[in-house]
Amino acid sequence: MTINAEASGPRPRSFFTPTRIITYGIIIVAALYYLLPLYVMITTSLKGLPEIRWGNIFAPPLEVTFEPWVKAWTSACTGLTCNGLAPGFWNSVKITLPSTVVSVFVAAVSGYALVNWRFKGSEFFFTVLLLGSFIPYQVMLYPLVMITAQMKIFGTLWAVILIHTIFGMPILTLLFRNYFASLPQELFKAARVDGAGFWRIFFQIMVPMSLPIFAVAIILQVTGIWNDFLFGVVFAGTQNYPMTVQLNNIVNSVQGVREYNVNMAATILTAAVPLIVYFVSGKWFVRGIAAGAVKG
Amino acid sequence: MVAIVLIVFIGCTLWTIWFSFTDSRALPNGAFIGFDQYERLFNTRRWRISATNLLTYGMFSLVFTMVVGFVLAVLMDQRIRFEDGFRTIFLYPFALSGIVTGLVWQWIMNPTLGLQSTMRGLGWTNFTFDWITNTDMVLYALLIAGLWHGTGFVMVLMLAGLRSVDGEIWKAARVDGIPTWRTYLQIVLPMMRGVVVTTLVIVCSGIVRTYDLVVALTNGGPGLSSEVPAKYVINYMFAAGNLGQALAASTVMLLTVFVLLIPWFIVEFGPKKNA
Repeated sequence: MTINAEASGPRPRSFFTPTRIITYGIIIVAALYYLLPLYVMITTSLKGLPEIRWGNIFAPPLEVTFEPWVKAWTSACTGLTCNGLAPGFWNSVKITLPSTVVSVFVAAVSGYALVNWRFKGSEFFFTVLLLGSFIPYQVMLYPLVMITAQMKIFGTLWAVILIHTIFGMPILTLLFRNYFASLPQELFKAARVDGAGFWRIFFQIMVPMSLPIFAVAIILQVTGIWNDFLFGVVFAGTQNYPMTVQLNNIVNSVQGVREYNVNMAATILTAAVPLIVYFVSGKWFVRGIAAGAVKG
Repeated sequence: MVAIVLIVFIGCTLWTIWFSFTDSRALPNGAFIGFDQYERLFNTRRWRISATNLLTYGMFSLVFTMVVGFVLAVLMDQRIRFEDGFRTIFLYPFALSGIVTGLVWQWIMNPTLGLQSTMRGLGWTNFTFDWITNTDMVLYALLIAGLWHGTGFVMVLMLAGLRSVDGEIWKAARVDGIPTWRTYLQIVLPMMRGVVVTTLVIVCSGIVRTYDLVVALTNGGPGLSSEVPAKYVINYMFAAGNLGQALAASTVMLLTVFVLLIPWFIVEFGPKKNA
């Protein structure tokens, strides 16, 4: 039996037009450039030292070993101590969790106040916040060292947590303000008429309606704080260095044989948290950076 | 909350500006000495190198980040298969810290173990790629790592901008027989002016702040050939114990950022005044 279907509509264009070949060509080459470091990191971390010395960095490992990973986590030397990255990881966790929770909460309340409970000078306050997000950190660093020293928290985890919370404010407040401004004002007014107060409206109406923006803010803060180096180095004190600082100490310490496989394993371990956040949150991460960048 | 912001963002900034006019050494000191610190700053070889480095690196970084980001966005806009997959690949470096980025590229660009030795091992015995240890080329090594880290971010913003342009524009351009590349360059790009300016401002202020990447990739070396202002400030503030210099340098950084903000202010607040 033969099928005699008449072709209808325009002839489908060949997939392999010159333009498409060039387009895909460039995209694939670009993708290789972006993937290369990840590939090098992973393969190097799985090789033994002799193989690194004699092979090339792009060759896949001949003998897969997880020893560098174990060493990076438990016994690599960061400066004077040799306890691996594990303490740094836990320091980063201890810094990131409270800073994220507090800064997101305070920013949500501030954004809500800026939209729904305008006070005298709230516009001025908002402009200061906006400009604040562009001031280089170096400008405010020394006075903050003095303030935290006065508070007797300099060189402790509390200092880093406080600093991250403060510097998270501008961008997060901006996010929440713009989001709350896009919600219908009638809801707020109706709740006011019904006699609900500041906190009740916030917790029972605003928060449940703004879970998406909370997700975005949390992603921004977790990745941002985890990746920080400067504040960790300045405020945390040697005992409390976050993972990024310890990583840099492991890799750039001058003494002894450079163990590139351990270094790469340590780098992957430090990158793991933001990478997991990135891959798991997917579109939310993209939405987060777009929202963080574009002022509404 | 209001108090904290006023104290930190306004108070600390004013404090820094004020004490940049004093003769503070290891500790802040009240003696007002006018513009002496600034004069000394611009006569210091290390600062001049830092500022020139930032200018060179910044110009290249800005142009390449914007152009590569835009080109990638346009390519991604061509109804590509696996668009989500490619976007994930282009953007993941942005999720990583400057320290991680610096260390990975330090390893790839290491002449005795990385790309150079690999190529030599494969038979190209004259292949040379030693930018990271070469005084004249180290800024371009920094550029390779910086672009890897930042172009995905620009691409995502630009792609969002492209997608926000009305589809009717495209139909009209096609009816008029305008080639695709000209439509992008002369019609679509001007229409997404807002996105472009915002991206520009963010990229610029990021460049002025460049710190982690340099610390991890080259630590300012070889010599002073990849030193940048952000690092200069930290070194003078905490290691060299010359606070006056550090504060003057950071005030110059602040001024630079505010100058860079002007175009953004014009775009964000300009039209509303006329309305």
